[in-house]
Amino acid sequence: MTATTTTTTAADAGMASFLRLLVVAMAILFGLALLPAVVDPYQTVLITYGLIMAIAALGFNLLLGYTGLLSFGHSAYFGTGAYTVAFIVRDLGAQSMELCIIGGLAGTVLVSALFGFVCVRHTRIFFGILTLALSQVLWSLAFKFFWVTGGTDGIRVAYAKLTLLGGLVDFAGPGSFQRFIFAYYYYVLGLFTLATVIMWVIVHSPFGMALQAIRDNETRASFVGISVRRYRWIAFVISGAFTGLAGILWVPLNGLTTPDVLYWPFSGEIVFMSVLGGFRTFVGPIVGAVAFNYLKTAAVASTEYWQLLLGVVLVTLVLVLPSGIVGTAARLVSRFTR
Amino acid sequence: MTIFIIQILNSLFYAAVLFLIAAGLSLIYGVMRIVNLAHGSLYALGAYVSAWVVGGAVGHAASGALGLAGLLLLLPIGAVAIAAVGAAIEPTLLRPLYRRPEEYHLLITFGLLMILEDAMKFLFGGTPLSAGSIMDGMGSLPIGRLLYPTYNLVVVAIGLIAALGLWWFIYRTKFGIILRATSQDRRMAAALGLNVGRVYVQAFAIGCFMAGLGGAVVVPAQAAVLGMGIDALVLAFVVVVIGGLGSLEGALVGALIVSFVRTAGIQFFPEIELAVLYLIATAVLLIRPTGLFGRA
Repeated sequence: MTATTTTTTAADAGMASFLRLLVVAMAILFGLALLPAVVDPYQTVLITYGLIMAIAALGFNLLLGYTGLLSFGHSAYFGTGAYTVAFIVRDLGAQSMELCIIGGLAGTVLVSALFGFVCVRHTRIFFGILTLALSQVLWSLAFKFFWVTGGTDGIRVAYAKLTLLGGLVDFAGPGSFQRFIFAYYYYVLGLFTLATVIMWVIVHSPFGMALQAIRDNETRASFVGISVRRYRWIAFVISGAFTGLAGILWVPLNGLTTPDVLYWPFSGEIVFMSVLGGFRTFVGPIVGAVAFNYLKTAAVASTEYWQLLLGVVLVTLVLVLPSGIVGTAARLVSRFTR
Repeated sequence: MTIFIIQILNSLFYAAVLFLIAAGLSLIYGVMRIVNLAHGSLYALGAYVSAWVVGGAVGHAASGALGLAGLLLLLPIGAVAIAAVGAAIEPTLLRPLYRRPEEYHLLITFGLLMILEDAMKFLFGGTPLSAGSIMDGMGSLPIGRLLYPTYNLVVVAIGLIAALGLWWFIYRTKFGIILRATSQDRRMAAALGLNVGRVYVQAFAIGCFMAGLGGAVVVPAQAAVLGMGIDALVLAFVVVVIGGLGSLEGALVGALIVSFVRTAGIQFFPEIELAVLYLIATAVLLIRPTGLFGRA
């Protein structure tokens, strides 16, 4: 009897906190939806970039925050998504963005399944080095096969050629860039919401719990019957697919894909974002990606030595605020509400 | 035939430089269990400092006052400077992190990489810096019908001497024993009364010295350019992964393998030359995770 009551109360408390989360999420979404009406187009573009990178960081954090694997090669999946879209648009002449997304995701899943199969054989530092080495294979191929990939010139992907929502929205005629930015913002926002919801479900599902068990104690996890390596592999593929989706969405906005998005310092930037926001929390990478995007834009605009500025921020973060923006904010809030 | 010999000499030259970088990386990992992502940038900084010192000496001294030997003696200043930088970095940035998971080690050295890359841009500007006067001053040797720069052979010799010296240092001196003891069991070494903190500073400084020396010897042959450190780091990774992280012999063998494969690659399969190197590293990690000479 008592046991039933406790369960009900616990479920009620869980329900209440879920509802609170839902209300907050809806409010944020509502605010984001109104944003393009308030701010100028440049800000809209910036936020779009931020949301795209948030999808990438969200995917990356399934590995770092939930599975305990630090990948230093997520540029590979971002780049695979980006280059697949570029190939689809250039070589197949496809116009539908949805087609690009499906094709790009297929490409990314293929690559991350292959790379992941190899990488999950190791953990800790060797995992990091393996992911880095494999991402550099792709980088060197994109860099050297210039007759396929355009080398350092990259491949142009013109937004004007693309259509959204199966041809319902196209960007022909005058003033198309403003219309593209406006429509694409909502397109990215929709996919970002979808990706966030899916990721939330994943990390709160039994599968997500199993991943956290693996992160906390690999031996115990395998003793309770979790096939550690297969779970890691699946997490790797999901993680790669999310980062790939970010690459896919990034290309039309950037208009160009170059080997830079496959080069390993770009993987470092994805890691940076997650740590900036705080990789111990679910929303940390999202906040971190948006914040990093503003930080980088501001740094690049204000000084030639923006990299130095970002490096100092990263070093300070690691030394002083290892729990990131969200972790630190949560600690401050709990201190003041107590 | 002549081309063949020259290609072998080129590979040896390249192997010597790679060994210097990779040995430092490996030593730091072996003793401190830290993978230093900024190691390539320290190599680049060494190259810049040496080129700047030599260039300054050539510019300011009365022509030929220093002579070739003088310039050669100026070259290691880069390495010493990097060792000093390393001795400053370890206590300030790395020491607070030893108790934290290794993710943070990678992150802080990545931050350091970003700082160092821009610091070089700030200090030395965007134009390549070279110490070519040393290479010109040494002339060249006839090999078959072709001429080969003598300096490249000097670099091969320096690489050999460094390998032997490091081997002697680690396996034949008291400090080497202390270093290996700390590497095997940090707590036990501390319990036996060793000052582990000091060993860490020294090991990190020696590793950085090696990186700086790599930069110093390469700069008379190839100009120091921005971004050279980032490229070098990934190749040094390949070397230590093949040879085994933390192993000195491994760094030597790995450097030889990488440089010969690379020379062959540039000759026969230029498009996939780099991809092949990364794939070799991946294959080694899969078959022998600890590398050819690594211990678990």
